[in-house]
Amino acid sequence: MAAASPLLRQRRRAAVLFVLPMLLVLAAVAGWPLLRTIYFAFTDARLSTLETHRLVGLENFVALAADPDWWRAVRSTLLFTAISVALETVLGLVIALTLNAHLPGRGLLRAAVLVPWAIPTVVSAQMWNWMFNDLYGVLNAMFLALGLIDVPRAWTADPDLALFAVIAVDVWKTTPFMALLTLAALQLLPAELHEAARIDGASPLRVFWRITLPLIRPALMVAVVFRTLDALRVFDLPYVLTGNSRYTASMAVFARQRLVDFQDVGYGSAASTFLFLVIAVFTAITFTAGRVRLQGAGA
Amino acid sequence: MRAAFRLAVPLAVAFASVPLGVLVPRPAAAATVSIACGSVGIEFDLCRSGAEAWAKRTGNEVRVVSTPKESNEILALYQQLLSAKSGDIDVLRIDVVWPGLLAQHLVDLRTAVPKEVVDQHFAPIVQANTVGGRLVALPWFTDAGLLYYRKDLLEKYGRKVPATWQELTEAARSIQEAERKAGNGKMWGFVFQGRAYEGLTCNALEWVDSFGGGTIVDPSGKVTIDNPKAAEAIRLAASWVKTISPPGVLNYAEEEARGAFQSGSAVFMRNWPYAWALSQAEDSPVKGRVGVAPLPGGGAGGKHTGTLGGWQLAVNRYSKNVAAAVDLAVHLTGPAEQKRAAITASLNPTIPALYKDPEVLKAAPFIGELYDTFTNAVARPSRVTADRYNQVSSEFWNAVHDALSGRATPEASLKALDGKLRRLSRDGKW
Repeated sequence: MAAASPLLRQRRRAAVLFVLPMLLVLAAVAGWPLLRTIYFAFTDARLSTLETHRLVGLENFVALAADPDWWRAVRSTLLFTAISVALETVLGLVIALTLNAHLPGRGLLRAAVLVPWAIPTVVSAQMWNWMFNDLYGVLNAMFLALGLIDVPRAWTADPDLALFAVIAVDVWKTTPFMALLTLAALQLLPAELHEAARIDGASPLRVFWRITLPLIRPALMVAVVFRTLDALRVFDLPYVLTGNSRYTASMAVFARQRLVDFQDVGYGSAASTFLFLVIAVFTAITFTAGRVRLQGAGA
Repeated sequence: MRAAFRLAVPLAVAFASVPLGVLVPRPAAAATVSIACGSVGIEFDLCRSGAEAWAKRTGNEVRVVSTPKESNEILALYQQLLSAKSGDIDVLRIDVVWPGLLAQHLVDLRTAVPKEVVDQHFAPIVQANTVGGRLVALPWFTDAGLLYYRKDLLEKYGRKVPATWQELTEAARSIQEAERKAGNGKMWGFVFQGRAYEGLTCNALEWVDSFGGGTIVDPSGKVTIDNPKAAEAIRLAASWVKTISPPGVLNYAEEEARGAFQSGSAVFMRNWPYAWALSQAEDSPVKGRVGVAPLPGGGAGGKHTGTLGGWQLAVNRYSKNVAAAVDLAVHLTGPAEQKRAAITASLNPTIPALYKDPEVLKAAPFIGELYDTFTNAVARPSRVTADRYNQVSSEFWNAVHDALSGRATPEASLKALDGKLRRLSRDGKW
């Protein structure tokens, strides 16, 4: 690298020039707001009087650490992320394996599976809200008819059920995304490997665990990472389904309530900053772990 | 009008992007004014027809914006719009507890509206809309929590209208049982607004105040909610859930409660005056069988109380049509429109003279009968808590909701609330 030829240096300069506009745009639309949020986290700014604020050091973060509602939001978000991503991955894999088999009408099935993913989240959340309703919801009617419950449940009002209602809608909505990514990986697999295994007399289960899964794992991991990052900053689903209820509020819902409803820009920014840190740390860990694994595979 | 226009010009000039037409000196000429109307009950239609009549008379155009159902959601919407100095909505319908929160974004109507127009309203409501000497909104209608009851059912079981919450609890239980035995399996005793939102703050303030438990934060700013009387009130309310009130009441706002009562599945209901007109509509299953009374007191010697509600019309300071917007607000809050609102939608006038109007009293008799309830309603602590009110209310309704749903005892819940409010208020300084 040290002894770069003039040509290489010139190409590098050209590359920088090409990348520069994008970096500038990113700095303006992502970097600047992010820095401003982090700055506000150390002030006592209020939304109505943004101009007049003073620095308060770590006060907001100290208050955040002592706020049970915040920790409840962190817990809800992590629980939501873990359960929904796990279910979506497993269900997505099952659907992808099914769609990958040579079934008649496969194209139609594939399109049909994508429908939940195509509906805007706010619309589908409101749709589910009506289905979850304790008085006229179709879900209660169905479960009562099947004998699964004996009294109608208030799915989104009951704090014990609400988080699972949110998770259920997310699984319904995002499984197709996982299925699609997994299917793409499955279709890239060379058919010879499976044929060879079958000739050797391996059971289908063994083929799946020993051949299919290891081969699609890199693609699957990318999908899981994407979904996890998405799930950690979830806002629309819990907000539309249960409002600001503190039993289902995610970290993003918590931050918005402080920022807008309570006008507490300092405190809300502290919450946003913490959320940003969680996601940044998670991303760093995944990338490092991914690199280690790749290097291990190469050796 | 003229004064308003004088105000409008510098404001309009302040906006670089203002269209030239606005600067042409023709007051309120063919402007498009947008107004945020309420969406509960028939208020939306009422507001739209009133605004359209004004548009026709003045040659302007109106655009009616519908807002979310829950008041705290509307407030969040306004706060976002106004913090961004957006003039998208010219006339804003604001709650009686918001003037302190929004004052800096609203036009001072004291200079824009003639004094005699302002003085025709109840002085305390005008006072509530005055922040730092600026009149930021015109009263449109006033509200207080009321007790709705089924006249026919009370008669059938030889009961009188309950004077205390304890009597209500007992009457609701026995009528509910008797009705269910008689085959009316869906009957419940009492419905109210139990969802964790501003409405629960109004309901719970009534319980607490009727027991003499204060108003959460007293006018001097001291947090007073952690007291035995408040706990007693909340404990009684918690005993209703799943006994005389359906479990779903924990997610009921105004319209859900009205739905249960109006479909004939509840003996008693706590609601605002608007529910009267709808319960007497042609298609209402309980038409002619509903009575209205002041809310019960908290035990012997307890006081009859109702939370002061009500809506005002304010003009957005960032509006590009301030003159026309002020004119629309004056039109809608004037005697003719208030009379129409009282008759068609049973919205309580803010103009004392209308309380003696025979047509109003014929359409909604309780407006005259409960005059004292409306003029002595208990106010939420929005003045002293100022721009922290939203957060105070949110902490309060969450604490009450925890007690109602049985996740905490009333005592523990109020104690925790007390601690939070003290921290929030920096020990009563706000």
